[in-house]
Amino acid sequence: MKDFSVINKRLPRVDAWSKVTGEARYAADLSMPNMLYAVLFQSPLAHAKILNIDTSAAKKIVGVKDIVTYKEAGTIRYGVSPARYDETMFCYDKVRYVGDEIAAVAAIDFETAMEAASLIKVDYEELPFYLNVFDAIKEGAVPIHDDYPNNIGAEVHQEFGNVEDAFKECDYIRTDRFVNKKQDGGFLEPQACLAYYDMNGNLTLYTSTQTPHYVQRTVSMVLNIPIGKVRVVKPYVGGGFGPKASANTIELAASLLSMRTGRPVKMVMNREQVFMHSRGRHQFYHELTTGVKKDGTIHALKNTCYLDGGAYSSFGIATVYYAGSLLGAPYRLPNMKYDGYRVYTNKPACGAQRGHGGVAARAAWEQQLDIIAGELGIDPIEFRLKNVREKGEVTCNDFNLSSFGMKECLEAIRDRSDWKNKKGKLPKGKGIGVACGFFVSGAGYPIYRSETFHSTAMIKLSEDGGTVELYTAAAEIGQGSDTVLTMMAAEALGVRYEDVKIYSGDTDFGVDLGAYSSRQTLMSGHAVKQAAEDVKRQVLEVLSKRLNIPVEDMDIKDGYIVFKKGPVDFSGIRSYYIKEHRGWAEQPSDDRLTFKEAARIAYIERGTIVSTGAYKPGELGGKYKGATVGTSPAYGCSAQIVEVTVDMETGKVTVDKMTDAHDCGFAINRTNVEGQMQGSLSMGLGEALFEEVKFDEKGRVANPTFGEYRIPTALDMPNVNTIIIESDEPNGPFGAKEVGEGAIMPTIPAILNAIYDAVGVRIDELPVTSERLYNAIKEKERKK
Amino acid sequence: MKRLINLIVNNKAYEIAVAPNRTLTQILREDLNLLGTKEGCGIGDCGACTVILNGRPVNSCLVLAVQANGCNIQTIEGVADGNNLHPIQEAFVEYGAIQCGFCTPGMVLSAKSLLEKNPKPTEMEIREAISGNLCRCTGYQKIVEAIQAASKKMKKK
Repeated sequence: MKDFSVINKRLPRVDAWSKVTGEARYAADLSMPNMLYAVLFQSPLAHAKILNIDTSAAKKIVGVKDIVTYKEAGTIRYGVSPARYDETMFCYDKVRYVGDEIAAVAAIDFETAMEAASLIKVDYEELPFYLNVFDAIKEGAVPIHDDYPNNIGAEVHQEFGNVEDAFKECDYIRTDRFVNKKQDGGFLEPQACLAYYDMNGNLTLYTSTQTPHYVQRTVSMVLNIPIGKVRVVKPYVGGGFGPKASANTIELAASLLSMRTGRPVKMVMNREQVFMHSRGRHQFYHELTTGVKKDGTIHALKNTCYLDGGAYSSFGIATVYYAGSLLGAPYRLPNMKYDGYRVYTNKPACGAQRGHGGVAARAAWEQQLDIIAGELGIDPIEFRLKNVREKGEVTCNDFNLSSFGMKECLEAIRDRSDWKNKKGKLPKGKGIGVACGFFVSGAGYPIYRSETFHSTAMIKLSEDGGTVELYTAAAEIGQGSDTVLTMMAAEALGVRYEDVKIYSGDTDFGVDLGAYSSRQTLMSGHAVKQAAEDVKRQVLEVLSKRLNIPVEDMDIKDGYIVFKKGPVDFSGIRSYYIKEHRGWAEQPSDDRLTFKEAARIAYIERGTIVSTGAYKPGELGGKYKGATVGTSPAYGCSAQIVEVTVDMETGKVTVDKMTDAHDCGFAINRTNVEGQMQGSLSMGLGEALFEEVKFDEKGRVANPTFGEYRIPTALDMPNVNTIIIESDEPNGPFGAKEVGEGAIMPTIPAILNAIYDAVGVRIDELPVTSERLYNAIKEKERKK
Repeated sequence: MKRLINLIVNNKAYEIAVAPNRTLTQILREDLNLLGTKEGCGIGDCGACTVILNGRPVNSCLVLAVQANGCNIQTIEGVADGNNLHPIQEAFVEYGAIQCGFCTPGMVLSAKSLLEKNPKPTEMEIREAISGNLCRCTGYQKIVEAIQAASKKMKKK
């Protein structure tokens, strides 16, 4: 085991102190002198032509400073993937869901803006609207977007191996269907932003986002401002989980209103607007046919999926690929066919959410594999162990598993949960279940086609030599990227954790694609490590000259210079430093040469010491269509055992215990890794048992509150036995790879499999509410 | 028509003219610039705006400012003693109970209110006490562990 000073430890987060005292500032906490408040005017209808927009009455309200519609905003299309730019800042021809944005009003205060917005009059011609996938694709349905007459916005057809031939070689084949429900991100901080376009033509946008870089590009494109004049700054962000990973209307509208009024403009979504903006988890309808050999070898998988996309594409083109590409990967599956269809409906757009595209598929298949193992009389863990891939293998769709501790994960949870004495042996109403998970560690390609680096970093040493200033555009959204990047910088440079000051989340600091696809530890980490190593080299070069010792005979560790070949007389440097810096605090006095002294001397010799780092993955993956989605420099994997109690009288499920092992390659901060695992499991538990965004018959979100849309509370989540598996990823900085999203993957199917173990019924529709499970138990009893 | 109210917030007396429809959250954030109190939903579902009002944790978004007239209020800004963190805050930092931090102020105040009444709570009592404070990031485990650790630490003092 390598000897590390900073990483692989349990250090407190760099932002913990400001967050625990209430000092941390989020977008809604910001204000500026002379600031205006703006609000949106949104569609009350799910699908309608816009005949006329009348803002005249609203404009007459005293205190209103500006009202913008498509007439002022223009109709430049944007979105996430350039291949599916299907949004405009404001609707112009028609509205496509309840909540679609039509206008924004800026006024001297929030109340005035609200009053004015209530006076905007729009004439509509109502159109038929579609609240589910199958209505939207029916013959004769009205297209929601003219470019997609059958309402299928994206489709994927992939086959690896030959599934039909492979089924002929199978001893056992079964088909199952599965459906989840639209899940909301459920982050605590509603989106908010503050835009200021100054007299020099510079736009600064402070916003609650996961992706400052993509927001910068979108704002620049839609408002036609040179990209160098747009600065996006991310203050602290109160969670994102995917839905904050692209530009939203308030960011664009506040920027436009500021350009027009010359004043700072603030916009904040309320919770209902967060639900309407959505961009959360799609609803997936999966049909899976799996063929195995009688010894339990998984041989073929046919996966068909319809995604309920909502009114716009958002991340959906990636989602529809992910719902197929990630599924087979943890197992030695030679034949895989996937047909995916993402369908437009008149509901809020779905996008990326933790475990992007793969969560429902994983739930469906891991439950099916459990059924198959049962039919073959093989223990579900043994069944998985027989089929899991190992380090160095390449999947049938060309994912290179450069590290892969799946076997270790499964063995760890088995051994730590007393599986052998529990599986099938618990009393009625109690059950235990297992499942595996798999996820990318950073998307292999940016969302737009480009040779751009995915992450850059810059380090500047303070001129006194005492502080390492790390600049990165990476997005700390709560997941802990500021902390792990600080730790990696300290480790790579050889200084203490507290010697590094991080500045992040600002597009002026460089390019970083942001916090999505579980990419920051690996990608931003590489850039930071590279910059830190370069600073180290620069300091040692100067020292080498002064002391006449080769660079390779020196190192820096824990804030001190290490002389590898025995003691060195550095008294000349020491007395020079003390003489030159009389009156400075913390004069060096111990018998080791400090980094601070060396860094100061480097500055005196060379001027300000600055270094940069930049990372992009090499060419990855296969050559087939869609091969870019799912390829990653590394893959995380996990396994989980869940124990439940089912109340036979009510169908209520209580999750008693969760044992989770995750292969994160190498834990930079062990506490943070556990935190990601526990948080993922909590979100998975919510989706499994109660989360569902519901709609009324008009297409309005029926439960846009945390009272009606229930996310897990402290009373719903059990303690988790978290086991960190470290497989030392060769493509990751210090061997690290993802944990933020992959950890959610096994939770839902492990719960479903535990429910089956408890009561003998299979549930193929989420969430597993008391009613659904109670009815299933009664149905089973009736059939007896 | 504004009304004059008197509040004691973090041991400091304030006299404020407030419109009758203003919530305590709004007054704390906008009039007193105490921005550590967060608004996550505005209708009492999430607990991010929790403050301690006359010794009890309340959702400040559900309290009209005029209702708080004459009350003693503690917000997150009043929990630490200068640069010395409260033992609950220390434990939150040490145990990794914080991720995005948006629920943290409310969570700390609910925990503080619990430990003041019940210095040695069971795990279930802790979970009940924070069940009105939603957290999407942590899965609650490290928050519960932090409150348990703070309870032990405070007992020793």
